[in-house]
This record gives sequence, C-alpha cells and structure tokens, in this order.
Amino acid sequence: MYNAGKIIIGIVIFLALITAPFWYNLGRPSAPPKLEIGTQEKQCVESKAFMQAKHMVLLDQWRDEVVRDGKRIYVNSTGKQFNMSLQNTCTKCHSSKTKFCDRCHTYLNVAPNCWDCHIAPKEQEKLAGRSDK
Amino acid sequence: MLEKALRGNKSYFAWIGFLLILVGMGFGFYLRQLGFGLGITGMSRDVSWGLYIGQFTFLVGVAASAVMLVLPYYLHNYKVFGKITILGEFLAVAAVTMCLSFIVVDLGRPDRAFNVLLYPTPNSVLFWDMVVLNGYLFLNIFVGWTVLESEAKSVPPPKWIKPFIYLSIPWAVSIHTVTAFLYAGLPGRGFWLSAIMAPRFLGSAFAAGPALLILICLFLRKYTKFDAGWEAIQSLAKIVTYAMIISVFFVLCELFTVFYSQIPEHMYHFLYLFVGLHGHSGLVPWMWASTILAAIALIIMINPNTRNSPGTLTIGCAAVFFSLWIEKGITLVITGYIPSPLETITEYHPTLPEIGIVIGVWALGFLIMSVLYKVALSVKAESA
Amino acid sequence: MDDTRRSFLKIAGLSMLGFGAKPVVDAVAGTGDPKFEKDSKAFNGKRWAMVVDQQKCLKAKEGCKDCVAACNSAHNIPEFNNPKDEIKWIWQTSFEHAFPGQENPYLNEYIKKSLKGLPFMVLCNHCDNPPCVRVCPVQATFRRPDGIVVMDYHRCIGCRFCMAACPYGARNLNWSDPRPFIKKENPEYPTRTRGVVEKCNFCSELLAVGKMPACVDACKEKALVFGDLEDPNSEIRELLRSRPTIQRKPQLGTRPQIYYIL
Repeated sequence: MYNAGKIIIGIVIFLALITAPFWYNLGRPSAPPKLEIGTQEKQCVESKAFMQAKHMVLLDQWRDEVVRDGKRIYVNSTGKQFNMSLQNTCTKCHSSKTKFCDRCHTYLNVAPNCWDCHIAPKEQEKLAGRSDK
Repeated sequence: MLEKALRGNKSYFAWIGFLLILVGMGFGFYLRQLGFGLGITGMSRDVSWGLYIGQFTFLVGVAASAVMLVLPYYLHNYKVFGKITILGEFLAVAAVTMCLSFIVVDLGRPDRAFNVLLYPTPNSVLFWDMVVLNGYLFLNIFVGWTVLESEAKSVPPPKWIKPFIYLSIPWAVSIHTVTAFLYAGLPGRGFWLSAIMAPRFLGSAFAAGPALLILICLFLRKYTKFDAGWEAIQSLAKIVTYAMIISVFFVLCELFTVFYSQIPEHMYHFLYLFVGLHGHSGLVPWMWASTILAAIALIIMINPNTRNSPGTLTIGCAAVFFSLWIEKGITLVITGYIPSPLETITEYHPTLPEIGIVIGVWALGFLIMSVLYKVALSVKAESA
Repeated sequence: MDDTRRSFLKIAGLSMLGFGAKPVVDAVAGTGDPKFEKDSKAFNGKRWAMVVDQQKCLKAKEGCKDCVAACNSAHNIPEFNNPKDEIKWIWQTSFEHAFPGQENPYLNEYIKKSLKGLPFMVLCNHCDNPPCVRVCPVQATFRRPDGIVVMDYHRCIGCRFCMAACPYGARNLNWSDPRPFIKKENPEYPTRTRGVVEKCNFCSELLAVGKMPACVDACKEKALVFGDLEDPNSEIRELLRSRPTIQRKPQLGTRPQIYYIL
C-alpha cells in the first residue's frame, strides 16, 4: 500500500469520528423521561401498551377518517366511543403538552408538527385537567 | 466524463465562480423564504402565481427546443446539425432543471412535494406536468450522455439508444403542451382560456430556444475553438424566423378575437397589458418592450442580409429571446389574474428576495449548462 | 454450480411465500377491531346548499357583518388587514364584483334604490362540478358525497393551482404564519400553517355534531338559509320554489350551490 502510514491513521480517525455517537455518552445513562399524564383517568382511548407503540398510527387514522371520510366517532377495542380529535379529546386529559407529549418527543428527538395547526392546551400552574372536566 | 469540467482556463473558472456566488445568494434568499413563507414575495391573494411560475412557463419552451435539432438530425438525416444536437440536449437538461427548481421554490409546503407521487391524480394536469418534465429530464440526460460517451470512445452510439431518441421528439412537444394545458383548461381565467394556448407555447418555444442556442454557438465560435458550422447556425436562424412569425401571428389572432368580439371580460386583460385598466398600468411598459423587441426581431430575422451576418444575427436572436421572455415569463402568467374573477385589480410587484431567488435559479441553470457544455466541447475537441 | 444455484432459487421462492403469510394471518385473525362512525347527532344531508336572501339582509342594521365575524372567530381566521395577505372565507362585495358581467345600469339603479346599495355575501360555492377539485394534484381538496368541497390541510402542498382554477376567487393561501394575526383563538378548532390553501368548509365540523354553520347561526335576520336540496320539504327547497334565484357565473358549468335572491 502506498502511504500506508497516512492511510491507516486516516482510517482510524474516521472510525473514531463515525462511532462518536456511541462512545460519547458512555457511562452517562440518561433515564427515559417521566411523563405526567395530566389526569386521574385510568383509561386512555386504547391500552397503555397500544398507545405507547401506536399512538402516531392511531392519530393518522383519525386524521384521515375525520377529514377525508367525515366520520368523527371512534369505537375502541372495548366498545367505548370517543370523538376523534387531538385538540378536543386527547388534550382534555393530557392537558399539558410540555409535561407529557414533549417529554418523550424531546428525549427521542422527534418533532411531530401537529401543533403547528392544532392548538396545544394552554399551560396552567394549577392542577392539570381533572377527570370531571 | 464529468472530470472534463474540472479543467479549464481562468475565464472558465471565473465564470463558474460567478455563477456559484449567484446560486449561493439565491439559496440564501430561499432560506429566508422557507423561514417566513411565500409572503416574502410579491404574490397576493389575487395574483397567486408570479415570477416563479412565469419563469417556469418560459423555460419549458426553451427546454423543448432541443427537438428542433433532434428531429431534423435523427428523423430526417440532416447531417448539418450533427455537431450541435448534444448542445440542444444539454440545454434541455439545464432548462428542465430550472423548471423543476422554479416549481419547488414556488411551493407553499415544499416538504410535502412527495405527495404528488404518493397520491397520483390523473385528472390533474399538474400531475402530468410532473411526469412529463421528469421524463424529459431523464431522456435528455440519458440520450445526451450515452451519445457523447460513444463519441468520446470514437464508436457509433449503441443501437438501443435510438428508441429513446425517437421518444424524446414527441415527448418534447408534450412538455409544453401539458404546461399550456395547465392554463388553457381553467374556466375562471378568460385570458388563458384559449384553444391556441398550446400552439402559442410551441411557437414561442421554437423561436426562443433555438435563438438562445444560436447566441451560445456564436459566443463559442468567438471565444472557444468550437465552431458549430455556419450552415447549422443559418438553418437554426431560419427556424427561429418562422417560429417567431408564427408566435407573433398567434398573438395577433388573440387580439383579433378579443377586440372584434368586444366581450368586455375578455378585452379587460389585453387592455390592462397594452394601455392599462382603471389607472393600473404596471405591465404596459413591459408589453410594449416585448412588442418593439418582436418587431425588431422580425425585421432583422426576415431580411436575409441581416440574418446572415453574425453581428445583426446576434441582435436579432437576443431580441427574439427577450421579447418572448417578457411575453411568456412575465406578462402571460400575471395578466391571467388581472382583473381578478371578481373584476377587481390587484397589481403584482416582485420583491427583492423573489428576484434574488429567480436570479439564483437562472444561475443554477447556466451553471449546469456550462458544466455540461464544457464536458461536451472537451469530448469533441479530444475525439477530433 | 448449477445445482446449488437451482436449490437456492427454490428455497428463495418458497421463502417469498412466507411474506404472504402474515397479512393472511392478520386478516383472518382480527380481534376487537376499532370502528369509525358518524356522530349520531350529525346532520344527514345529501346535498348541502345555501340561499342568500338579500331582502332579509336588507332588514339588518347598517354595516352588519355578523356572519363574517362569526366565521372568522369560529375558524381562527387571521386578520392581516392588507389585500395582499388577507384571508377571507365569507365576505361582502358589491353586485358588480359578485356577478361581473351581469350588471346593467337599470339593475344597478334597482340595487342602489331598492336594495339601498346592499353588499352581497360571497363565499365558496361548493360547486357540484368544482374546477378546483379537478386540478388539485394531490387531492388535498375534494368533493364529499354530500356536496361539500373540503380542504385537507394535512396534504396540501401549496401549489395554488386551485386558486388559479376557482372562478369565484374564494380561495386563500397562508402567505406567512397566520397565528400571530389571530385575534382570539377558538380552542376547539385548529389553525392552519403557512403554505397551505384554505377556504369556507360549510362548517362541516359543526354539521357533524348537528349544528348549523356559524354564519347561518349568526345572522339575526335569517338571511342565510342552509339546507339539504335532496329533502323536498326542507326550508331551502321551499324558498327556492317560491322565489327566483341567480347564481354566480352559471355559464361556466361549475354548478355552484349558493343561490341569491335579489
């Protein structure tokens, strides 16, 4: 190999740089975020496991059903009915975007643009939305 | 072969550097537009398409002009055009890239541009415009590159390229027919609702495109070692002449229909253009400039003495190009909106960022053209 | 070598079948699948339309703009206050602008004297044959079976082809972020982002829960009559039977569904 010394040094530097995201934070585990659900209600639209894995899919389905098919009522897997609305249903319980939605999204560096249009609940100092509301 | 564009003299690199600066400036303005929104331009609720779409409209015609070289050479064995078909094809590549760039900078939500592919809508002319423009871009890159590479290796082009070359001929006609259909099918815009929209686009395409090509060939003849051949330039000049006559004739046809029928709704647009309407006359100087340039162009190009002499030919072709640039790139699109469907008048004045982006896209087109031409000319010089 | 290649291809082919397995299992399985339904309170009109009764509008107070104000506040419509950026879903204009080409000096006299120069309310006509829907490259605007021409703000790419196509100038682009210009947010309706086109939606969100459109509700003189054309007993059909009406630019074949009583 011509210039073997320079090339091998170059490769080592390149490998170091490209694996930087992995070793940079070694030994400093960051805990998954704690979410403040914002309500005393025990049941969301679907189960916690389902929502954790698929809430984005559900919201996309809701969007298409409401806007494109004109249907506004969601009958969940246990037969309960909900109004399909991020702004008027989800945030009735999850009344703080910063303490709930943003916690995971910021941690995972995800930036959904729902809130560019859908009005986020106004942050209040007092208790977040109670279940009787 | 692209590496041939990396070698050149000082003036070549100065030119490329200048273009890169303009592209950078345009990009800077575009970032501002992305941050603020299209409100940074002069477009408004009443005039919702402006310079961007106007320039796109004009450039679609320029792009289609490659067929004016390909058709005689490949279909009718007109050997005279042999040296410069590649220039036509590469001009088409640069022009179509500019068209697509103008469309992207005009979108309100460019981040959703992919939706046009995700939700294909055959009843929308814009969908077909996307199809034909991208297809034409691919065809010209593919054909041009393959033929040029064969020339670089001093072998005849492969047989399988022929069907693509033949396909590019009707495809070229399709790109500005479809673009004309964007305008000609809208019931609410009387200025555009004309059966001769597509023929008008064809006429001005085959005048403006080859005129630009002639100017480039004359430039290359003077400042580089590449000579397209005086006979080729003369043939192109004749094409430009006839196409320009037809273009002007088509406009006169429109004027007759509108002013003889005396339907107020149809007359308003042309009155706005030529004499102003209700005190608004923003486009009047532009329209008369285009008209005078067209007259100069016809006088020079029809007279064989002035058409055959490089100096006057240059002026004639420049007059053709700029006359049609004003007519298609500025007045056609904007006047469709003035007066509005409610017969109110809102005028349009492009803003500085808007003009900056327009210049940036033009510079991008010239950059692509310069790079591709450098490659083509280097190949021709080396294989000679 | 041939043998090994053959067996590889055989195994590959069989494995491809595996790709089909999951969808089949999924389709056959199916637990409590979610369902999507219309609200029971929703209006079930088959063909929505509106009549604008200028005679009733005449009785309103001077400079009345209740319908415009109601629409603007219900839908978070921003107030830019300049003709370049303005967004209006329903607005007032003179007869010559609402019905260009239909004016004549004696009709103008009638409007000046008998209608006291009353402006006309104009809005999206929710055409039966909408040119805006025909041209949208992504179907961000589409016509519902009940006649309402809807905007899907999630899909719109802001190409403004629909704005060019509309013969009534009913459409608006958000040229910049509208939020700073919204006077008072309605927390129950979203805003829009810059870069998308918007227009009147016949208050489909209110119809879906059994309420009348905001403008219709707000008009104290009941000059805006909204209803189902397919219901022969509806108020709108009764009105259309008893009074002559005109439409905007009917000769274009768009079949607009806003009818005007002069």
